[in-house]
Order: sequence, then C-alpha cells, then structure tokens
Amino acid sequence: MDYTSTEMMTVAAARALGNDDVCFVGIGLPSAACNLARLTHAPDITLIYESGTIATKPEVLPLSIGDGELCETALTTVSVPEMFRYWLQGGRISIGFLGGAQIDKHGNINSTVIGPYDDPKVRLPGGGGAPEIATSAEQIFVVMKQGPRGFVDKLSFRTSLGHGEGYDDRQKKGVTTKGPGLIVTDLCIMKPDPVSKEFKVVSIHPGITREQIVAATGWPIQFADTVEETVVPTSVELEALRALNARTAAAHGDQA
Amino acid sequence: MARIMTLKEAVADLVRDGDTVAMEGFTHLIPYAAGHEVIRQKRTGLTIIRMTPDILYDQLIGMGCVDKIVFSWGGNPGVGSLHRMRDAVEKQWPKPLAIEEHSHAAMANAYEAGASGLPCAIFRGYRGVDLVDVNPNIKSITCPFTGETLAAVPSIRPDVTIIHANKADRAGNVLIEGIVGVQKEAVLAAKRSIVTVEEIVDELNPPSPNSTVLPGWTVSAVVAVPGGAHPSYVHGAYERDNAFYKRWDDIARERDSFQEWMRANVLEKGPEAYAVYATKKA
Repeated sequence: MDYTSTEMMTVAAARALGNDDVCFVGIGLPSAACNLARLTHAPDITLIYESGTIATKPEVLPLSIGDGELCETALTTVSVPEMFRYWLQGGRISIGFLGGAQIDKHGNINSTVIGPYDDPKVRLPGGGGAPEIATSAEQIFVVMKQGPRGFVDKLSFRTSLGHGEGYDDRQKKGVTTKGPGLIVTDLCIMKPDPVSKEFKVVSIHPGITREQIVAATGWPIQFADTVEETVVPTSVELEALRALNARTAAAHGDQA
Repeated sequence: MARIMTLKEAVADLVRDGDTVAMEGFTHLIPYAAGHEVIRQKRTGLTIIRMTPDILYDQLIGMGCVDKIVFSWGGNPGVGSLHRMRDAVEKQWPKPLAIEEHSHAAMANAYEAGASGLPCAIFRGYRGVDLVDVNPNIKSITCPFTGETLAAVPSIRPDVTIIHANKADRAGNVLIEGIVGVQKEAVLAAKRSIVTVEEIVDELNPPSPNSTVLPGWTVSAVVAVPGGAHPSYVHGAYERDNAFYKRWDDIARERDSFQEWMRANVLEKGPEAYAVYATKKA
C-alpha cells in the first residue's frame, strides 16, 4: 500500500508504545500516534489527557484536549489539579508524548515564542502541561515534522527541558526522570547518545536520503554507527489509521 | 447564599472595571454567555485569568476589555493561534496586553492554594525552563525537611470567578459532571462568583454521590442560561461545536471580520440567543 510521510511518522511513533505504558498524551500528532497504538498492537495501553481523563478510549481523535469523547470513554475523570498533582507529579506516568514548534539536538522543546519573548515574531500557544510533563513523566517521546525551522541549533525559548546542555545536565538541575528517549519525524527516528545525550539518527524511513535529513536539520546532525531502514507501514496499521482519520473528519464537521 | 439572578443583573452587580476575573472551563463548560454579557456591559481594565484561554478570551481581548492576561496555554485547540490575542501581544491592538505566563501545573496548584486559603502554591516544576526568567512570579523554595528545591507561585485569588455548570437547584447548589477542570477550585478561591447553568431544578439528583457539587453558600449568583456554554459543551446535553472552533480562525483573522461578527452575535444579542444550542442533544 502507498502511504504518506505523515502516515509513516504516525505509525513509527505508535510502534514505540507498549501495552503496559501509561501515557500522558499531547494533542495533535502525539494523540494520533497514541490512539493508533491502542487500535493496533497495544489495546490495553492507558491513555491520559491533561483535561483529567484517565484510561480513555476515544473512537475519534479529539480536536481539543478536553473533547467530550475523552470523558465519555474514560475509566474515570479527575480534576485538573488532581491530574497534575497525584498522577503526573506523583510519578504514575511512564511516557509523556509531546510535540512542539522547535526542538534542539538535546531534545529541549519550544512551544512559547519565536523571536524575543518581549517582542515576539510569532506568539505560540505556550507550554500548557509540557514543562512538568517533561520532568515528571518517567520518559519522553517526541513526534514532530522535521524541517530547518523546527529542528534548530538554538531555541528561541526553552519551554520544556530535554537533556539541557547534554551529558548529566538534567541531573544537575535536580531532575531524576530519564527525559527524551525518542524523536520520531516524517523522515527518520532519532535516539540520544548514551553519554552526550545528543540525538542521533538511528533509523531512516524508506525513500528518504541522509542528505534530506541533513538539509532538514538546523544543527550538524549525527548518524548512529548502525542506521536501520524503518519498516514500512503494514496494511493493518494504515487501515486503522485511515479509518480513525475518516471518523475524526466526519465527527468534526470536515468534508471527509 | 447564592442569589438566583438574571445574567444582566449578575454581571452588573458582581463584575467591576479593573477586576481580576477568572472565567474557567477546561474545554468543557466554558461560560461563553456570561463572557458576552461582560463585553456588552463594556467592562474595562480587567485582568483575566484562565489556564486555557480560547475563543472567549480572544473576544474579550479584541473588544478592549482586558489589560492583562494570566494563562498557561493560549490557543484555539486543535486549530491554531488566537488571532486577537496575538494582535494585542504583537501589535498592541486594540491596546497593549500584559501577559503573565505559567504552566498548567503552576496554575492548577495556584487555584488549589487560593481555595485552600494559602498565600502560595508549592510544587515540583519549572525545572530547566525559560519561563522562570520572564515571569517574576515564579520563585523557588527549599523543603525544610528534605532540602529539595521546589517551585513556588502566588495563589490565585480572583475578585470574581465565572463558570458554567450542568445544573443548580433553587437553593443555588451547583452540580458539575463530565470534565470538571479547575472550576470548583476557581470558585472557592474567588471573593465573588457567578455560575450560569443549563437549568435550575427542584432536586439536583446527582448521577452519583461523587458528582462535583458547590454548595449554594459558596456561590454569589446562579443564573439559568440554557446553551450558555456554546461553542464549548455540556456533558450529557450538547456536544462541543468543533466546526465553529475551526470557523473562528477565519472570523478572528482580520480586525474587520472580527468586529462585524461581534456586533451581530454579541453586541446586538442577549443570553436568550444561546437557547437554540441547548436543544441540540448530543
């Protein structure tokens, strides 16, 4: 089956999740990936949205973090203060799945402003739950489209902490969780070097060249010693994703 | 004890120029009708607080009611930017907008501290991030028992909190079900409060004993405004109007189309215009 680069990205991100994960889900690409995992290989994954819904199983992707679908299909729904205090800060989340506008080579993320904070070129929505998800979830996965404006050498603003300046900077800042362990893009998959914590390409999606990845990255991107080719989406994965997207478009008043 | 009032009376009596106002609702139960009444009554100099300011706060900002916003995520969820908020931040139209920016964890904790009568909230947060450098209200504190450095922010104590809820009884006891957000904390943290509801009933009959109830004596005013959360939604009554959230992107993009929409749909209408949405059962 033919597939798009966005479908490859979503499928690759979904595969990173396991049935036993308790996943704090960001809206947009992370939400699509997490629900695809639930609809394919990880039917019992626990998905938590910051609006308070725990173990939700939405039929369609929510447009917002608090669509009614999330509450109606959840095991339980708690208040937002409880969500951040007991569940996130309390250490109950195994994976925080984030996106953002900009990311750097150490997995630090910007979703606040492009340009100076007091005189922004672009004012973005802001961090929401991300600053504390990034430090309180046991591990962070990131899914983002790759391009030189998003994958930058220096962030305009650090909204959430990745590996800071690399090496043990995260521990020096008093953070005990693992931080970003995976970045999935529409071109490749990256993982952090165990020592320097700089992200390196470990798998390239079929049909993508190293030159394309270099051109789409604002820092001198490194490739792991052994780089794999990402397995193409299976028909089962693609059919589940497309059915999910079609249900979602119909539910949100789009032309299907 | 809560007074049962009309929306016009409640806003006239309880929302004042220069107030710090929280109109909460975490996607669900956003008090649109009440916010529109604030715009119609031309309140100015407001500091508006909300974790997730969306279209309603875009409207208040674009209509010139607001001097300052305190928030943690400002956008049109799943759609994009708030164009009126961006215009105010980037181009000072219709006037400059001061911002105090936090994370969700900070604001949720700050409301809870406000409801608890505490001066500040303490939590494990803001580690290694730049918000600390641009918001002087983010400080740190050392745990006297473990020595751990923790973040501290001032508690939120609004002059008035406005929320929408599923229903109330005639004594003003308020029932909230579905996504409960931070509304209970926001009401209990405030000096005054307005709760608009879908309906006022003789008996609340909560669906379970654990459904969130604000006793009437914690609320200043209760107002029946059927459909008053549209285009947000009410659990069990009507769905979120996701198509409208998408349409808003076009309406708000230009100053002219924004002002025309506000004139036709807010300034020249009243809360009764929301009744049509109440009947659209999900």
